[in-house]
Amino acid sequence: MATFFDVLISSADTFAQALLLTVEMALLSLIFASIIGVIFGLFTVSKNKVLKLISGIYIGFIRGTPLLVQTFIIYFGLAQVLRPTGFQWKAIGGPFTAGVVALSINAGAYMAEIIRGGIEAVDKGQMEAARSLGLSYGMAMRKIVLPQAFFTMLPAIINQFIISLKDTSLISIIGVRELTQNGKIVAANASTKVMAIWIVVALYYLIVCTILSRVAKIVERKVSHGR
Amino acid sequence: MADKSRKSQEVKIKVEGLNKCFGELEVLKSMDMEVKEGEVVCLIGPSGSGKSTFLRCLNRLEEANAGKICIDGQVMTDKKININKARENIGMVFQHFNLFSNLTILDNITLAPVMLKKMTKEEAKEKALELLERVGLREKADAYPSQLSGGQKQRCAIARSLAMNPDVMLFDEPTSALDPEMVGEVLDVMKELAEEGMTMVIVTHEMGFAREVADRIYFMDDGYIVEQGTPDEIFNHTKESRTISFLNKVL
Repeated sequence: MATFFDVLISSADTFAQALLLTVEMALLSLIFASIIGVIFGLFTVSKNKVLKLISGIYIGFIRGTPLLVQTFIIYFGLAQVLRPTGFQWKAIGGPFTAGVVALSINAGAYMAEIIRGGIEAVDKGQMEAARSLGLSYGMAMRKIVLPQAFFTMLPAIINQFIISLKDTSLISIIGVRELTQNGKIVAANASTKVMAIWIVVALYYLIVCTILSRVAKIVERKVSHGR
Repeated sequence: MADKSRKSQEVKIKVEGLNKCFGELEVLKSMDMEVKEGEVVCLIGPSGSGKSTFLRCLNRLEEANAGKICIDGQVMTDKKININKARENIGMVFQHFNLFSNLTILDNITLAPVMLKKMTKEEAKEKALELLERVGLREKADAYPSQLSGGQKQRCAIARSLAMNPDVMLFDEPTSALDPEMVGEVLDVMKELAEEGMTMVIVTHEMGFAREVADRIYFMDDGYIVEQGTPDEIFNHTKESRTISFLNKVL
């Protein structure tokens, strides 16, 4: 127990920085994932076969492959393929940016599925009524269907936020010094306290995720009340 | 009873050879119909006879496979027309009301006129309150649809359609999802509309209403129009055996 508090206190500053990086990476990814999710979610429910196919391939590929492999494809693979154009991850923020890209693309696919589910859960009559008044498909989506879908999707979206936050730990593999990578570095320098260090790392994740799910509960209650 | 003297001879809705299939199933088989300005036409017939599908083809919520639909000079079946613009002129009332559940009653009514730039916000609000007054729901303006009874929802849905100042109104079994005690309040609103000379096509199972308000009744069965005529012709001097057997079951 003493070692635990020792680790907690002595490494507090590096973990604080790492935590910041983790949260930053998660937040940025989730913002981009939401945008990607809305676009591909709309592709999936559209009548256009080409758009449907594109989103089908994207979602199928992401769901059928591990995030770690996706990260390697983006960080190492893209770097190699794009080298002739002068592209370097270093020039645009290094592994951190690559991590955000990988997480965004990964979570975006899951968000697309959540958004598709939310849209499909809205009664078809809502769209029909809007269209019968002369509203375009886009107007009806924006004003009627998406706002209604948002409420039903909220729990799933927050769940995805929590998953993505934990998935940031995989980005440690390309050298981003987020919580997990920081744990590795601290553990390498204090090999007798390995258990305590990893418990500390777990605790940081636990705290952030708990806060997130608490906020989620409050938001959920607020919006369901407003309906 | 609708005032016959006000009806002109202008044809508002003309349907020729309308055909609609769902996969292999042919639900509408060469339908023809003509509705003159100010006329009230009721479509009756057994469930599954294609009445609702026919109505939904009129504003192209369903795409017809063949045939021509002309409403107010617009060829609805022409793929090149601006369908959204055309629909502004055709109100539709649904069996399940389909009020926008994320909006207040007032916003339900003002949404389309404002978004489609038919009115300013203020004009739309004024018009909405006027319409709500007319259907007896003025005090519900700020309520959400979930706080209304079925009959109130349907009256509000009618007001929402009327806010666009349509020339034609389509009703798809407007009272079928209502508790019996609420049917009357909705039919009263529709009756008033008919008296004001609105051109209406109504799919209904309310035979009493059809008899009283309709100028003409179409009896449909199995994707065909079996018989059409005035309420008197249909109810008292039925010619077709299929119509007779249907009416015997429902009356």
